Amino acid sequence: MTNTSKDTNLALSLSGVSRNFGGIRAVADISFDVSHGKRLTVIGTNGAGKSTLFNLIAGVYPLSQGSIHIFGQDVSNQPAHTRAGLGVARTFQTSKLFQGLTVRENLYAALRQALGEQKIGWLSNPAASEKLVDESTEILGKVDLLKKADVLVSDISHGESRQLEVAMALAMRPKILMLDEPAAGISPTERGRLVELLKSLDKDMTVVLIEHDMAVALAVADEVIVMHDGNMFLQGTPDEIRTSQAVRDLYLGSNHE
Amino acid sequence: MSDLVISGVEAGYGHVRVLHGVNLKVSEKPVALMGRNGMGKTTLAQAIMGLNPTTAGEIKYGDVTLTGLATTKIARAGIGYVPQGRRVFPSLTVDEHLRILEKRNNQWTVKKVYELFPRLAERKKNGGAMLSGGEQQMLAIGRALMTDPTLLLMDEPSEGLAPAIVEHLGNSLKDLVAQGQQVLLIEQNLKFASSLCDEIVILSNGEIQATVSSSELVKSPELQNKYLGVA
Repeated sequence: MTNTSKDTNLALSLSGVSRNFGGIRAVADISFDVSHGKRLTVIGTNGAGKSTLFNLIAGVYPLSQGSIHIFGQDVSNQPAHTRAGLGVARTFQTSKLFQGLTVRENLYAALRQALGEQKIGWLSNPAASEKLVDESTEILGKVDLLKKADVLVSDISHGESRQLEVAMALAMRPKILMLDEPAAGISPTERGRLVELLKSLDKDMTVVLIEHDMAVALAVADEVIVMHDGNMFLQGTPDEIRTSQAVRDLYLGSNHE
Repeated sequence: MSDLVISGVEAGYGHVRVLHGVNLKVSEKPVALMGRNGMGKTTLAQAIMGLNPTTAGEIKYGDVTLTGLATTKIARAGIGYVPQGRRVFPSLTVDEHLRILEKRNNQWTVKKVYELFPRLAERKKNGGAMLSGGEQQMLAIGRALMTDPTLLLMDEPSEGLAPAIVEHLGNSLKDLVAQGQQVLLIEQNLKFASSLCDEIVILSNGEIQATVSSSELVKSPELQNKYLGVA
């Protein structure tokens, strides 16, 4: 396989990616490829470096070593907004939303970007186009937030803000969707709905997911990476991960069925 | 042992009323509070801790009336709180977080917290801002335990923790309960909640909708859908 033909088919390619914080090696020599349209789940022990890895891919932190390619383009030294421009959208483990705006207004911010509508002054001119209203209604319906559309984000619950985060990322119409623990803080039944939503996403979209809930993590994934202490501990299919004694010992615990 | 008795509590934010008269009692048996998103679980926890004022009703712990008391006094009355979203101090190290609470004659020591969460011992010189989400969660639980609470109020302690850690936490809490620790647990993780609590109280639209046994809820997808599903 030549380099160029490989690159064009890869949404994401990491090679020897490392990140140190002072004396701590948070991410150590991680390499993997994600083909266009695939779903990759990253699991691992607490403090393994999963969120740091996300931040390195999204461009929140610079790399200490290694390289990252997005759709064949070397973005190792590119800032976060360049990577967003290539179609990377992400959610955060802890919500980063506009607290003083309503649920729907938050979504407008993301949608206006994606639809190429006026970006400057949207706060002072909140009149929304019909298209914005329609699109936001559709997305809020997908994440079960329609009832809360006109509630201030400061007044919605923690779980609802997690659902809104997913909606915000979807509104960006990403080519690569990165979700950091989307099932955390939402009820078991809502988790089921989240799995359905993730499964229903356009096959053109590449999805990278961090998740501790195995019912969500394995249901969605084509491929799973297990991290431990900054390193890649194991890589495999959901079935291989499910049946791995090493993963059970390290991460799942003895009672996990 | 004192009972936590919540009677007719109403609370909200600004003009929005979230709790519409909640009645709940926690005695020696651990109680799990579950329900869909936005039903008022966290608001109730904050009302107990005096972080969000109640507009009606009364909360008592034993002989002490908690309603109207400052949060510090509520903590001193014996309620240890693990807030949702961790709230650790970014610039304090793990060790500092725990040491400032260490008291002679307390049952909980820094050493015991490190035994409960060995990962925290590995990170003890790291500041709160340098911890991963799951590590912050462990620290928030450890910090609450260091106050030697007679009643432990936890708002989604399993959130962000690896499955093996959740299992370990569940087993440790079970041991504590056997030694008389009172627990009010808010959870979305049914497996974790049911492993610790036989009694599950469902909060819906700011009211107690039902009290179910955890074994029944675990067995029945219909009940789960009814109480935890999307309306």
